[in-house]
Amino acid sequence: MSETVIDLTHLIKKFGKQTVLKDVNLTVNKGEIVGLIGPSGAGKSTVIKTTLGMEVADGGKATVFGETMPDRQLLARIGYMAQTDALYESLSGKENLSFFAKMKGVAKNSINQEIDHAAKVVDLTDDLNKRVSGYSGGMKRRLSLAIALLGNPELLVLDEPTVGIDPALRRQVWRELHAIRDEGRAILITTHVMDEAELTDRVALLLNGEVMAFDQPDKLKEEYQVATIEDVFLKAEGVE
Amino acid sequence: MRTLSIAGRVLKEMIRDKRTLALMFVAPIVIILLLGMIFSVNSTVNVKVGTVAVSKSVNTNLKDTKHVTVTKYDTKADAKKALNDHKIDSIIQKKNSNYDLTYANTDSSKTTAVKMAFKNAVTNSGISTLKSKLALTTAALQKIQAQSGQQAPQQKQSAATTPKITNHYVYGNSDTGFFNKILPILIGFFVFFFVFLISGMALLKERTSGTLDRLLATPVKRSEIVFGYMISYGILAVAQTIVIILATVWLLGIEVVGNMFNIVVINLLLALVALAFGILISTFAGSEFQMVQFIPLVIIPQVFFSGIIPLESMASWVKAISVIIPIKYSGDATTAIMMEGAGLTSLGKDIGVLLLFLVVLTILNIIGLRRYRKV
Repeated sequence: MSETVIDLTHLIKKFGKQTVLKDVNLTVNKGEIVGLIGPSGAGKSTVIKTTLGMEVADGGKATVFGETMPDRQLLARIGYMAQTDALYESLSGKENLSFFAKMKGVAKNSINQEIDHAAKVVDLTDDLNKRVSGYSGGMKRRLSLAIALLGNPELLVLDEPTVGIDPALRRQVWRELHAIRDEGRAILITTHVMDEAELTDRVALLLNGEVMAFDQPDKLKEEYQVATIEDVFLKAEGVE
Repeated sequence: MRTLSIAGRVLKEMIRDKRTLALMFVAPIVIILLLGMIFSVNSTVNVKVGTVAVSKSVNTNLKDTKHVTVTKYDTKADAKKALNDHKIDSIIQKKNSNYDLTYANTDSSKTTAVKMAFKNAVTNSGISTLKSKLALTTAALQKIQAQSGQQAPQQKQSAATTPKITNHYVYGNSDTGFFNKILPILIGFFVFFFVFLISGMALLKERTSGTLDRLLATPVKRSEIVFGYMISYGILAVAQTIVIILATVWLLGIEVVGNMFNIVVINLLLALVALAFGILISTFAGSEFQMVQFIPLVIIPQVFFSGIIPLESMASWVKAISVIIPIKYSGDATTAIMMEGAGLTSLGKDIGVLLLFLVVLTILNIIGLRRYRKV
């Protein structure tokens, strides 16, 4: 088995009286894309927030790169993209990129190079000097992804990265994600789009705060005896 | 390093928000100019007095008083009618050797003015009666002395001439009034109000737009975020203070005895307190509108206890509230600098309290950001 990047074992998270995560077990290895799917409110974002150390687990253990989260220094090795675009609208695309590059601690002499590369991946090179307030929804989403790519992080945590991106670009983004994987980096991605789940190496089905199934897409389909991941999803929910 | 990057980013955002920027610098100047006009032009009260059966000397003395107009009425009923018709503000009636005064009392400052004018008039007429009597006695005395053949000493009328009064003002001149008293407090108020509101809104926006989460998903320290905000808003507050002071000095000709640099230092401190306050309060607000709702709770009491309304006249337990009002300390300190030329070293207490506010609130903010990231 290759090196484990994210390791969540028996993770429990409560907000007040409500238990959001009951028992989550999830691993992400180097050179692997893991998809996290589940209905709204299943706790996908909570899994991500606990992985990043924004929330502390009430039970179980969350380790990233072998260190128990939360750990501030580790965040430099993680690229994070939230569900919301989270951009400074009055700044230009380039200013946004350069600000977050500095926050991530990207070395000063390589900042421009990093920005150029990230912009090229999401096809924003020509619009970098425009203010974000003038961007379209899709452009904002792409800029947000570019920020996550800054600094060549060993782990990418992407929360619904392809919402609002047109099909051609979505394909391009996935091509890049696969390239990143092939470099030996790890990616944890949440998605609503079921056919995207087919593009991942392993899929975790999160339902009612528990991981119902966690395997390669093909094996899942075999196990549930259905044709698509969407059917797996529906069947899992039906069984429950 | 990150602190400076954050400060730079916040400043850049602020400079691009032209409307807010204009408001921050233009609004205080407009308000101060307006207040300057309101308080300096209309500092005197004009009153109309109706008199009934009042002696001639009291009447003339009243008439000679500035800003007092006297109308004579034959009967109390006539005067009363005039009072009801708002033609006069009060009635002075002489009954036997006593006076009856009736005030409309719809404007307490007018009532006070009439009371003063009447008191002076009675005293003056008393003095003039005394004077004429004294003159008579002196004349009689001289007559007796002349008859007895003695030489009268050359004192003549030197005693009769009234002494000349010259006024000296330690601060300002005869036009110095209420406005000068509230101006140092107002400067602090503007700085506090704008920094509180804008910084609170800015952090709220970071939270609701998700940029705060994204920021906290990098290795940045929580304290670096708070200090970054402090640097940028500190710079803004310094600029604002300088603009307000220059405007008051040039446009209104207000005298600043002390060093302007000291005023800037005090207001910078106050701005940082306001910033820390704004950031703290913004964590309790869910939207910009809710942030605005905090103004009556946070800003208005500051105005009441800042010293604009004299604290000496308040009950002691009410006065005690002013201990926790930051603007009061900056107001006291700025007043001392502007009017008495106090140096920073003599303002240790005010500066100390402001620093205490700042340190406590800053620590609370750094801890408070734990809500969004646990390290």
